[in-house]
Amino acid sequence: MRHLMSPLDFSVDELNDLFDLAGDIEYDTAKYADACSGKILATCFYEPSTRTRLSFESAMQRLGGGVLGFADAGSSSAAKGESVADTIRMISCYADICAMRHHKEGAPLVAASNSSIPVINAGDGGHQHPTQTLTDLLTIRSLTGRLQNFTIGLCGDLKFGRTVHSLIYALMRYPGVDFIFISPEELRVPDYIAEGLRKSNIRYEEVIRLDEVMGRLDLLYMTRVQKERFFNEEDYVRLKDFYILDREKMEAAKDEVLILHPLPRVNEIAPEIDNDPRAAYFRQVKYGVYVRMALILSLLEIKV
Amino acid sequence: MLNVGRIKEGFVLDHIKAGQCLSLYHMLKLDQRNCTVAMILNVVSKKMGKKDILKVECGVDELNFDVLAFIDHKITVNVIKGEEIIDKMPLELPGEISGIIYCRNPRCITSIEQGLPHIFILADMDEQVYRCKYCEEKHEHR
Repeated sequence: MRHLMSPLDFSVDELNDLFDLAGDIEYDTAKYADACSGKILATCFYEPSTRTRLSFESAMQRLGGGVLGFADAGSSSAAKGESVADTIRMISCYADICAMRHHKEGAPLVAASNSSIPVINAGDGGHQHPTQTLTDLLTIRSLTGRLQNFTIGLCGDLKFGRTVHSLIYALMRYPGVDFIFISPEELRVPDYIAEGLRKSNIRYEEVIRLDEVMGRLDLLYMTRVQKERFFNEEDYVRLKDFYILDREKMEAAKDEVLILHPLPRVNEIAPEIDNDPRAAYFRQVKYGVYVRMALILSLLEIKV
Repeated sequence: MLNVGRIKEGFVLDHIKAGQCLSLYHMLKLDQRNCTVAMILNVVSKKMGKKDILKVECGVDELNFDVLAFIDHKITVNVIKGEEIIDKMPLELPGEISGIIYCRNPRCITSIEQGLPHIFILADMDEQVYRCKYCEEKHEHR
């Protein structure tokens, strides 16, 4: 039995197989309509989420399976003080696979250690968000035809942005990927990420101004400064509008650049960009469903 | 001259950084064992200036050397049997340590999950970096 805690849990070859499967699902979704008939996905979301939870539920329902779960900690036994370990032991009796989001880092790993069904990390605190990474990788591969030899700028909250951490980990394994980290001083990538890049001799730069590097990017991954990660409201208010991608900044970008965002966005991308053909963030959402369908099939070892 | 009696069977831990002996005593959980322990502090040392020495009378398989290596892998471990040094044990950094140090990241699951052991994984042998198994927070102790 396998779980997904980090994008590194799958080898590059396994990811390629997963993306091929997701591609086939996109091409012929109807073929998979009953693939998970009789199976149940539990969505255990201790932290609010719209996109990820609905994406998982959509994926399972498109596969013909059922869904149960809770959408916030208040409506689960966690409010009564139940441990994650006990909760997953109980969920294992109700469902065949579980997607878990938790505000505490490492909670899905605790669940996986105590589970008799596959557990998917659907986001843990400011740590990892591997299914968003699978979504990002599938989007990049589908829209550019490659997962190597490009310069990617990651912009915004690189300290608490779990989607960023997972994406960097995943892209480190592909050749010719140059990273440019664009963030205010207070929201730089954590030292363990920078350490990993240095040890692997992967090129990266850290800059504060987005417009300085805009013209060099093949991909720009924007992120939201997340209010829920700050213990200090004052710091959040100071940093929340540090970056706003607007039409003026886009003028300096390459014609073929792709703008990605894990969503939800707040102010960091002006709505005037939405109709720019280079804005790929809404297309990204669709790939999120296909890749989660492929992941569920893969972890349940169902072949169609 | 200070005289501390010989031990029949056990260990003499030498070249402990001066001032670390007491925390070593606790981390090895010697305070929970019914064995004879001698702590010699601030011993003059040619190599280190000052050092601590810890003598423990116990069976040779009773000490947790992973803990010892984690604290300071340069400590010399002399194995004693029949009041003589019969071996010097090399210390290697353990790949994983459990229940010895605690994660201080308030966002880590260890901060709320009851009964969950605090486990740290050796992330970088050269820099001797340990990271929490759950949240990957770096342990700062040196």
